[in-house]
Amino acid sequence: METEAKTVKPALKTHVLETRGLAKRFGALSVTRDVNLALEPGARHALIGPNGAGKTTLVNLITGVLRPDAGTVFLDGNDITGLNQAERVESGLARTFQINQLFRDLSVLENVVMSVAERSGAATNLWRRASANIAAIDEAMDILGKLDLEDHALTLVRELPYGRQRLVEIAITLAQKPLVLLLDEPAAGVPSTESHIILDVIDGLSDDIAILIIEHDMDIVFRFAKSITVLVSGGILVQGTPEEIAGDARVKAVYLGEQAHG
Amino acid sequence: MTAAVLPMEQALTAAISILFDGVAYAMLLFIISVGLSITMGLMGFANLAHGAFAMLGGYVLVSLMLNAGVPFLAALLLTAVFVAIVSIPFERFLYRRLYKAGELDQVLLSIGLVFMATASITFVYGPSTVSITVPEFLSGQIDLGFGTFPTYRTFTIVVGVALMVALWYGFERTIIGAKIRAAVDNRRMAQSIGIDVDRLFVLAFALGSGLAALGGGLAIEIIGMSPTFALTYLVFFLIVVAVGGLGSIRGAFVAALILGIVDTAGKYLWPDGGAFFIYALTIAILLVKPEGLFGKA
Amino acid sequence: MNAPGNLRDRTEAARQYFVAREQWTWSEAVPWIAAVGAFFIFPDYMALGTQILIAIIFALSLDLILGYAGIITLGHAAYFGAGAYATGMLSAHLGWGEPITAMLFGGLVGGVFGFLSGWILLRYHGLTLLMLTLATAILLMEAANAAEYWTGGFDGLVGISIWPLLGTFEYDLWGHTYYWYALGVLFLCFLCARRIVHSPFGRSLVGIKGNVGRMHAIGAPVHRRLVTIYTISAAMAGIAGGLFAESNAYVTLDVLSFARSGTVLIFLVVGGIGRLYGAFLGTVVYMILEDELAKLSPEFWEFGIGLLLVVVVLFFKGGLLGAADSVTARWKQRQKP
Repeated sequence: METEAKTVKPALKTHVLETRGLAKRFGALSVTRDVNLALEPGARHALIGPNGAGKTTLVNLITGVLRPDAGTVFLDGNDITGLNQAERVESGLARTFQINQLFRDLSVLENVVMSVAERSGAATNLWRRASANIAAIDEAMDILGKLDLEDHALTLVRELPYGRQRLVEIAITLAQKPLVLLLDEPAAGVPSTESHIILDVIDGLSDDIAILIIEHDMDIVFRFAKSITVLVSGGILVQGTPEEIAGDARVKAVYLGEQAHG
Repeated sequence: MTAAVLPMEQALTAAISILFDGVAYAMLLFIISVGLSITMGLMGFANLAHGAFAMLGGYVLVSLMLNAGVPFLAALLLTAVFVAIVSIPFERFLYRRLYKAGELDQVLLSIGLVFMATASITFVYGPSTVSITVPEFLSGQIDLGFGTFPTYRTFTIVVGVALMVALWYGFERTIIGAKIRAAVDNRRMAQSIGIDVDRLFVLAFALGSGLAALGGGLAIEIIGMSPTFALTYLVFFLIVVAVGGLGSIRGAFVAALILGIVDTAGKYLWPDGGAFFIYALTIAILLVKPEGLFGKA
Repeated sequence: MNAPGNLRDRTEAARQYFVAREQWTWSEAVPWIAAVGAFFIFPDYMALGTQILIAIIFALSLDLILGYAGIITLGHAAYFGAGAYATGMLSAHLGWGEPITAMLFGGLVGGVFGFLSGWILLRYHGLTLLMLTLATAILLMEAANAAEYWTGGFDGLVGISIWPLLGTFEYDLWGHTYYWYALGVLFLCFLCARRIVHSPFGRSLVGIKGNVGRMHAIGAPVHRRLVTIYTISAAMAGIAGGLFAESNAYVTLDVLSFARSGTVLIFLVVGGIGRLYGAFLGTVVYMILEDELAKLSPEFWEFGIGLLLVVVVLFFKGGLLGAADSVTARWKQRQKP
């Protein structure tokens, strides 16, 4: 994929997601150290690092699940550090979880409608019938169609194979029409025979959305990412293009014993 | 307000008396509730039926003393052991099935058990309060140097403190205690390093139930024992556990002291509305520290 | 992209999924027919009947928060009692006895208490929330006990004198007037509850109960939703309390007790939570059994209820309605060729 044209941008670009000096401690243990991260609009950015590096913690700090001890988070130029999780989602930040967080006893359709209704504000209505919310149902079916989940619309989530459940997880976030999408190991737990479904979907996501993906699998990282951040022990080791990262000796050292592309 | 204005010395005597009674009451609450705190901290199981074991202890003691002529102290010990053993099948066959169930199910099941226990006891022993004759050496007054106090209440306080020290030592200094503390702190982690949490729980459950029975037996003479005991005092046991913090012996002790003293003081100073303070205090503490005074956040 | 025609079909098919759940079914007429029929079949039991209808309204209010939003409380009687005392005091102290407005006042007071306490308490979960709701209700009861002049304290509130309903229907000794009055109020409350439950708001409550973490992650203002439904529920409980005060012309501290909070919980669990109709079934079954059996032997009654709870929790998770569902499902299976 051609990346050179995209890396030369006008100097006055605005980052759609930015963290400055983000830090978090649990007692004496520093789990996030002075993280400065930036995503441009339409980014395809990967966050990698050995186990325990603090990748999910960082995502939790960005999304508001955890409060940082220091640092700020900006979304489209606005300081969102003081906002809670739901408020950040409303501002345009969506995420998937490493382990599916779905409404397992509801249908696929309803899972997505629930998300659409929150975004559109329909969920505050306690008098109108849910079936009258045609716009939401229509939009949900549209999203399901794009993810090839239409045929499973009325299936209960807990009855779906895990790979398809993972897709529902993504569908829910798409319903938020986010500016920034954080994917936490989207292919995790999915049998390799099904993982291509998920990867194809991620490939097909619109350029309007900036995506940060946490991944362990280097194949996926190099297929997908235009830029990479390497996180080690809570701090950024190095950031750069896939080629730079692949050739970096420190990164290779960190991954010694794990599979790495050189 | 009906609190009279007393001269200094009388006020001091009254204060000491309230304090003493409050601490004795607190010891009862502690002895009964500490087992509940440990089991709730260990398994997260909301067991509202814990008071039923205390109630059972009270009635078994009565039976042992009146029907079998067993002397008081020996009967207390026998009661505790008996109820501890009897509680084991409850854990094994009933409670164990609900560890993964939601809180609502646990609450409902345990309330159901309390009803069954209360009805059974009423059926066997009748609805009125029961009493025992306390042995000579525990009745009357005893001179403690700084005043004379009821011997029985002094005895209760001694037992309470002794148990607190023994439990504290057991938890802080023995290997089993360490294992229980580890499992309370992080059950999954404890299991993954090879601690048999299930067996620990049966142990803790039996110990807790036995202690509750001991407390119930001691309580007969101080706060009375009737078939309504389990339901009437249920709220207080829960308050001790919630305010103290799940899984904390220290917490249960401190919370019991606060509850016992404030409640006793409330009843003496303001007979009409004294109970109010306990609930207000509980709410205030939980709002600020929802995990309890010594619970893990 | 799909052609507009296909889009419409696909969406319409999806929409039917929701419609099917919202539609009134024939079986829903049963409780109402039974209620009307009871008036003609058991005319001597209308006083009990009225109390059962009032209890159903109370249980319905609890189902909204317990069955749909998953809020577990041991202190819901606080709002029932608040409504009862509000309505009672309106008449006993201020001389206002118009039944409908007095009942609505009870609902208002219940709702206000619900809003204030809910706003604070619903920030907590689990055991903490359980204890806080329990302590709040008991606190309210102690306060009512202490405020003897207003509430009558331990002896209860007397001097409640309710004017004829709609200016013409006197309270009669057989409780006929109040039976229809309560039934009417129940019907309206039920319509509201049903509407709420089938709305996008109601569905979001199901989401909160199902996976609160996911709700936060799709931008749902969870606390606000919970406080809203809690307030509505408290207002409905207050309405039930107001009716209670009117129909008995007497209010005691018992309306705020832990026993009342516990019993309404049992009604729901026996009937089936999260079904709305579970409130109907559970309350009727419990109160009729209690009326018959508790007289014979209080111990057997108490033991029986305890045993019923244990059995329901272990084997009949969905209560009586849940059990009925399994039976119907199995019967339908057998019908298949």
